Amino acid sequence: MIALEPFLEGAVRTATPLGFAALGETITERSGIINIGLEGAIIAGAFGAFVAAGTGHVWIGFAGAAVAGMLVAALFAFFAIRIRADQIIAGTAISLMSLGLTATLYHQLYGATGAALSIPTMAVAEIPGLAAIPVIGRALFAQPPITYLLFVLVPCAWWWLYRTHSGLGLRAVGEDPRAAVAAGVPANRVQALAVLLGGMLGGIAGGVLVIAQAGSFAEGMSAGRGFIAIAIVVLGRWHPIGVALAALVFGAASALQYLFQAMGWSLPYQLFLALPYVLTLLGLAGIAGKSTAPASLGRWQDQP
Amino acid sequence: MTEAAAGQKIAGTRHPSLEMRGITKQFGAVVALSDVSLSVQPGSIHALLGENGAGKTTLMRIAFGMIAADAGSILRDGTLLTMRSPADAIAARIGMVHQQFSLIPAMTVAENVALGGKGLYRFDDIADRMRAVATMTGLSLNPRAKVASLTSAERQKLEIIRTLAHDATLLILDEPTTVLTERDTGELFEQLHVFVKTGRSVVLITHKLQNALSHADEVTVLRRGKLILNAPMSSATRESLTTAMLGTVLNDTPLARPAANRLHVVARVTAPAVEVFAGEILGVAALEGAAGPLLRLLAGRGQGPTADIPAPERTGFVPENRQDEAMIPDFSLAENIALRNAGQRRGLIDWKKVNEDASEVIRQFDVRAAGLEATARSLSGGNQQRFVLGRELGDNPSLLVLENPTQGLDVNAAAAVHERMRAARNAGTAIVFYSSDLDELAELCDRVVVIGGGRVFSSSPDAGEIGQLLLGIETAEHPIA
Amino acid sequence: MPELSLLADALVRATPLIIAGLAVAFAFRGGVFNIGAEGQLLVGAIAATAISLWAGPVLGRLTLFVALPGAAIAGAAWAGIAAELRRRFRVLEIISTIMLNFIAIHLVSFLVRGPLQEPTRIYPQTESLAEAARLPVILSGTRLHAGFAIAILLAVGFAWFFRRTALGFRIRATGAAPAAAWSAGRIDVGRTSYIVFLVSGGLAGLAGGIEVSGVTFALYENLSAGYGYTAIAVALIAGLNPLGVIASGIFFAFLETGALALQRDFAIPSSVASVAEALLILAALAVSSLRGRGIPGLKRVRPT
Repeated sequence: MIALEPFLEGAVRTATPLGFAALGETITERSGIINIGLEGAIIAGAFGAFVAAGTGHVWIGFAGAAVAGMLVAALFAFFAIRIRADQIIAGTAISLMSLGLTATLYHQLYGATGAALSIPTMAVAEIPGLAAIPVIGRALFAQPPITYLLFVLVPCAWWWLYRTHSGLGLRAVGEDPRAAVAAGVPANRVQALAVLLGGMLGGIAGGVLVIAQAGSFAEGMSAGRGFIAIAIVVLGRWHPIGVALAALVFGAASALQYLFQAMGWSLPYQLFLALPYVLTLLGLAGIAGKSTAPASLGRWQDQP
Repeated sequence: MTEAAAGQKIAGTRHPSLEMRGITKQFGAVVALSDVSLSVQPGSIHALLGENGAGKTTLMRIAFGMIAADAGSILRDGTLLTMRSPADAIAARIGMVHQQFSLIPAMTVAENVALGGKGLYRFDDIADRMRAVATMTGLSLNPRAKVASLTSAERQKLEIIRTLAHDATLLILDEPTTVLTERDTGELFEQLHVFVKTGRSVVLITHKLQNALSHADEVTVLRRGKLILNAPMSSATRESLTTAMLGTVLNDTPLARPAANRLHVVARVTAPAVEVFAGEILGVAALEGAAGPLLRLLAGRGQGPTADIPAPERTGFVPENRQDEAMIPDFSLAENIALRNAGQRRGLIDWKKVNEDASEVIRQFDVRAAGLEATARSLSGGNQQRFVLGRELGDNPSLLVLENPTQGLDVNAAAAVHERMRAARNAGTAIVFYSSDLDELAELCDRVVVIGGGRVFSSSPDAGEIGQLLLGIETAEHPIA
Repeated sequence: MPELSLLADALVRATPLIIAGLAVAFAFRGGVFNIGAEGQLLVGAIAATAISLWAGPVLGRLTLFVALPGAAIAGAAWAGIAAELRRRFRVLEIISTIMLNFIAIHLVSFLVRGPLQEPTRIYPQTESLAEAARLPVILSGTRLHAGFAIAILLAVGFAWFFRRTALGFRIRATGAAPAAAWSAGRIDVGRTSYIVFLVSGGLAGLAGGIEVSGVTFALYENLSAGYGYTAIAVALIAGLNPLGVIASGIFFAFLETGALALQRDFAIPSSVASVAEALLILAALAVSSLRGRGIPGLKRVRPT
């Protein structure tokens, strides 16, 4: 059972950026918009975090991440809401652009040699007492503080969605925008805010990668997490708690390699790297037919 | 005189609850409303009558801020209103109960009532409001019920409760009785009378003459987007209202029509039971939106159950939505001709032949276009329709199904389409023809079926008879559970 | 001549872009959002390498006639996974193809460090292909290989295909207006888009096979410099027109080799090209949307 602890710690660790991104996308999709540009928000956030953390403070780094993510989301919102272009095409293009732009800027500002620009990293902050709980103590309470923020955000998101009028209105827009408008809910404004919020959280996810994990920036370091997050939203049934749990499952899948190594089972490491993507495919397929998706998701522009 | 009218008298010379002046609205080439005015007195039930497509719903959607009028003004209690969205209407204490309900089935009753509110969502607050509404009108529902589990009658109650929970003093109801039984209808009107006694007002959009006659204080009749009649109910009769709604019914002298070949059934479906014979024009009349599936089933373009006698291989179909379903707007005319039977074609395309066919269609059907390479989008509405008709008739189909083929066309273009239909019929083609214009059905068809609620009624091609069948079709219908 | 060799280099670079560009254009034209050209290309490269290495000694001069079709089949099969998921489980092909891209990358990594690794087991790559298994050079003194000729022939072939054949017409109609294709043309839209998906994957696989047989002569990680993603820009800028793809592919090749030169000489990062590409896509999208219609020939077919 000793091998279990590092595995669980790793699972939560890997799940954190996925959780942020997926939570943000949950809110976006609950309003009926599918943001494939989430990948772009994450990599932009990673870069933004890297630049902003150059000031020497981790929380400024995260602020930079949030802003960068929101900018990408704002661009997407223009295409998806203002001119009602195809959300899928727009999102894909924005992700590609963001990936290329961040790589370009990184080389431009920090040189191809990847100058050892030292940015402060966020260390693990154990919560005394709680971290000592057997098995899950370290996994849940010996994480960088940003993870604790996620722990708080998830129930907050749940509360906001189901206990406030604005959350109610958001869910209504995602179900039937015309009915929502007829009831006096400003659908366009709600969707725009949802997209921006999703982008912000996606940006923070990128910030986690840089500030709380890698300690530096690398081209394409988002590695498809934006798309995996979209699958996590589906698996979590568009519910903040479900999404958090699904993110944890994906984190666990990635962390499996530590467990296997500790057990002495040697499997090619590429298998574990590929596992989240395979899981995504299986998960999306398995969800088929049990659609609890917001009824008008992605559909605004092509009414049946 | 009803109690409400008495209440109105007491109200005296107050401003009308709602006044609409000179409302005009155009959708593309179609004029939905032309200089329509309406005035609703406080404490009254105002009936808005008219056929399908007369413009009643459009007018009230403008009043509710869902659509913006091209011209005209709206006054509420004497004050000019600028309405940009339903939120503005709700703030002006107008409420609307829609024909296609505007509820969220996945949510509960309380959540639907709460929509549009501010701040924290507290179930108890909503429940209290609902109780207050119940006390005032007798309308009550279980706040925790999921809307998906409610019957149509209950959903309508919910829509009304919602408007009242938001303090509406003017209530617009769009065809509220289509989903109600006799008894429910009686209850509804009782509640409406209670409602207006307090000085509030109701606009009732309806088909049902009887309800208007029995319950309304004033009536406005629209036909084809124009205001025909506006009068207090006391001075209106069933005859005057019917005439206003349907227009003068022409009983044209039936032209010599070759008899249909009743031995040759070209297509047949069972639910509803309809069959069509070679050499006839079969008219289909139905309430808005109800005919689509049947037409497609007959034409072999349906999803789901197959027809008894399926559509022959050469079947033409002219859908109502020609931009989306009949042509590919960015393809050239030649390419659109090639669409015909593209699903079965194999091998290579002989563009020379296609171009010849296209030229033939353009010539024969008098399609004004810049050339064969012009995109379908570039044609005017009338020309598009002529083109589509020409393509569908082009290979001498055994069956031709048309869905509102003359909608949006001017008189000449429509007459041309009629000519083609007659010619095809005389040549032995079976034609199924749906139109929301009853006069047109009467003029063209050999026989007519009126469908609704899963039932089929036969009719002679007489606009009055068809109209009565349509107007009465709801009473024969079972309430939708 | 140095200029000739520069031109030849650009055309060499253009070859996979043209073929993959055709793959993407073909898919988009038929209403299928194949973002998986990258993965299909890699899988095709794997197949071509494996066939050439294993069957090469036996087949000798005939190797290419088996390896290249094999690459195409492999690409089609890889795309087929996404096509099945789309047909049976309504999984958005945008997500599934991107997931498959990542899985393919890890598959390559596993193979070149494992079963397919070169005999000395030092470098993460396969053995080099025998002379007989390589595409012949068509312009002596340069690297320009027969694959370029194949690319041109394919483009011309597809242009003819779309113009003259009934199937080509059905595909165009399905992509342009699925509702009209069904209603007016009685075209089986579901079956048509399935075929489109497979053919698209086959083309991308072929691109990978040709790249291995004509340029790299071995399989290794990072074999593709994002050709599959650039191909999207190539296709869109070409207006999804096969002949246009030739010009567009060459244009992007110049952009990228030029960018490489810029990077070498002036330290401007080559990722500038990807930014330019993505901006072009967004611009095209904005213009089309503002004009009130989608990108010509590009209308998402929803799985029935």
